[in-house]
Amino acid sequence: MRLAFTNAIPLRLGRANRVEIPWARLVRTTALSMLGIVAFLFLWAAAARNIDTSLGQFPGPAEVSAQAANLFQEHVAERERERAFYQRVEEFNARRLAEDPNYQPKPRQYTGKPTFLDQIGTSLVTVAAGFVLATLLAVPIGIVIGLSQTLYAAINPLIQIFKPVSPLAWLPLVTMVVSAVYVSDNPAFSKSFINSMLTVMLCCLWPTVINTAVGVANVSKDLVNVSRVLRLPWLTHVRRVVLPGAIPMIFTGLRLSLGIAWMVLIAAEMLAQNPGLGKFVWDEFQNGSSSSLGRIMVAVLAIGLIGFLLDRGMLLLQRALSWDKSAILR
Amino acid sequence: MVVRKSRFARLASVLALAGTLTTAAAAEVGPAEKEDLKFGFIKLTDMAPLAVAYEKQFFEDEGLFVTLEAQANWKVLLDRVIDGQLDGAHMLAGQPLAATIGFGTQAHVITAFSMDLNGNGVTVSNAVWEAMKPHVPMADGKPAHPIKADALKPVVQKFKADGKPFSMGMVFPVSTHNYELRYWLAAGGLHPGYYAPHKGDSSGQIQADVLLSVTPPPQMPATLEAGTINGYCVGEPWNQAAVFKGIGVPVITDYEIWKNNPEKVFGVTQAWADKYPNTHIRVVKALIRAAHWLDANDNGNRAEAVKILARPNYVGADPQVIAASMTGTFEYEKGDKRAVPDFNVFFRHHATYPYYSDAIWYLTQMRRWGQIPEHKPDSWYMETAKKVYRPDIYAKAAQALIAEGKLKASDFPDFASETGFKPPQSEFIDGVVYDGRKPNEYLGKFKIGLKGQDKI
Repeated sequence: MRLAFTNAIPLRLGRANRVEIPWARLVRTTALSMLGIVAFLFLWAAAARNIDTSLGQFPGPAEVSAQAANLFQEHVAERERERAFYQRVEEFNARRLAEDPNYQPKPRQYTGKPTFLDQIGTSLVTVAAGFVLATLLAVPIGIVIGLSQTLYAAINPLIQIFKPVSPLAWLPLVTMVVSAVYVSDNPAFSKSFINSMLTVMLCCLWPTVINTAVGVANVSKDLVNVSRVLRLPWLTHVRRVVLPGAIPMIFTGLRLSLGIAWMVLIAAEMLAQNPGLGKFVWDEFQNGSSSSLGRIMVAVLAIGLIGFLLDRGMLLLQRALSWDKSAILR
Repeated sequence: MVVRKSRFARLASVLALAGTLTTAAAAEVGPAEKEDLKFGFIKLTDMAPLAVAYEKQFFEDEGLFVTLEAQANWKVLLDRVIDGQLDGAHMLAGQPLAATIGFGTQAHVITAFSMDLNGNGVTVSNAVWEAMKPHVPMADGKPAHPIKADALKPVVQKFKADGKPFSMGMVFPVSTHNYELRYWLAAGGLHPGYYAPHKGDSSGQIQADVLLSVTPPPQMPATLEAGTINGYCVGEPWNQAAVFKGIGVPVITDYEIWKNNPEKVFGVTQAWADKYPNTHIRVVKALIRAAHWLDANDNGNRAEAVKILARPNYVGADPQVIAASMTGTFEYEKGDKRAVPDFNVFFRHHATYPYYSDAIWYLTQMRRWGQIPEHKPDSWYMETAKKVYRPDIYAKAAQALIAEGKLKASDFPDFASETGFKPPQSEFIDGVVYDGRKPNEYLGKFKIGLKGQDKI
């Protein structure tokens, strides 16, 4: 309660200052980051010229941007082929119906190759699914062990042991278990999706669990005491006192988890041949054509950029949900 | 519900056929039970029939909507066929046989379509080639082909004397490449090593002069370049890739080790084939048409095939690398280009027909190198071949194509008299004659290798 007041006051007082945008600082940081990027491009171009691989010269910025354009064009062309495919499917269905009135046409997926943009979409969906699943597990676990010293002592060793396990170690186990357990004639999700999702989940669970537990354990004693005086029921206590107090730490955990999830996903896709950006990289590596390295570089940059955007998204969410608006979040 | 309907539909079509009793009607295949299929392949030029059947819409002509998906390696591919993630796949000829007899993963896998003949080569690193060259007989200033492993023997002995292992890569323990490389080495007096699965030894390096190990095909050049292996046996385009990248020299093609040897097959599980018999026949029909297209007009369509294969979702290597072998030439040492018109055969010489004698040859090699650890009677070889190789399904597909006028009867073996055994073949690098009806007698002819009651 006290905390909320002290925070509300500076915000209200600060209204007069808020319209002033720190132009000078903004220009300076923008200029500096541009400078950094330009310097990197030059260094990259210079280094690329001096690296000869058996697939030809290492791709520089020009080659990579050309490949990026190529990948986009391939995407457009593939969509065109997709339209033609659906046309043929319609014709086929009509023909089959004419032969056999009982024939029931099935909705049909396009059979052509997934393009680079499709692979990005697949990766984003998979990482989101794994991350949401991990969050749904990790936050409750974190709250429960954060509230109880006894449980924390019991579960902590397990967390410490499982936390450093690499996705590469989980993957074979996950694959075998999924193919044994997930048996269905008409599965809603493909096995490869489930494999990637579970691997991502297992790897990105831990930072959220730990940070939630720490956040919960460190909720101000005053607030806990207030809750105790008011004799709040357990659930209300968690909802009204613990959760709001632990939100900043929970989000610190979630951001770490999402970062790990994204990294793990690429590795899992590469290793298990699950559709997505990781598979794109692996396939191009296997192709070993003269444009392969350039295309892989496009994927590397895309992976970095998406990882960055995911992190910024979490940061915005954290700012929106956090009560402590004065805390510096970066 | 769906099952009942399709059964009803099949019944209806059978009744309709009974009305018009012509040979064409007898050959007609009912509609596919499963229309959406996913097939796996490994990035090698001999996956071409699958790519062509897709791109030329032969699959769609059969009412099949097929997705083709590249797989990481042969083990992943086989496992995914067995657990049903893939409906079928481009497989090594030895894979369905080994799976069925339980060497490696156990599962009843069958094949009704042989995908191609030949198409592999043995490549050694530049350093090994330099050391080999003085021992290679020359003709007209060029190395005389075929180069025998006799020329490699002194190099391996030098490695041994220096206490260094001589390692070569092949793509899978039951791959054609493994058996071809072993055949070539053993014909030159080099022991490629035994397997002893009954003792839990699946390294295949017992008593070996040359240590063979598994490397996935697309990684062969990189592994050679890294120096982990001194040479390898692999399919195209990965031998020509070594020449283009200047990291190795192909010394022999498998065409010279065993002329017109069977290479890849299209494999499905027995359970899948039982569940979807019409689908299976229709898949084979589409593949036969694709193979025919690949060899039509004296390889006239090969340039177009190269363009298809060079796409990143198929083989993805540079077109000139794929073209090197697909269009009937093969470059050995840089600049030493020779015509090998039959380097890749997809349809000629009845390449697509699943011969029992081909299956038995692979079984003999499994026995020769200990993958089959004990003696088996000739009848066992015969039974196993019949369990895995299914010319009956092939014949149904071919007859349907003949009835539809898409192919001619002369394109195929005479199904009425074909026994599934090729006449005894002698075109091996060591001249040993192979008769598929007498596997144990054949094994007895080799100096190196298990035979009779031998056991490791």
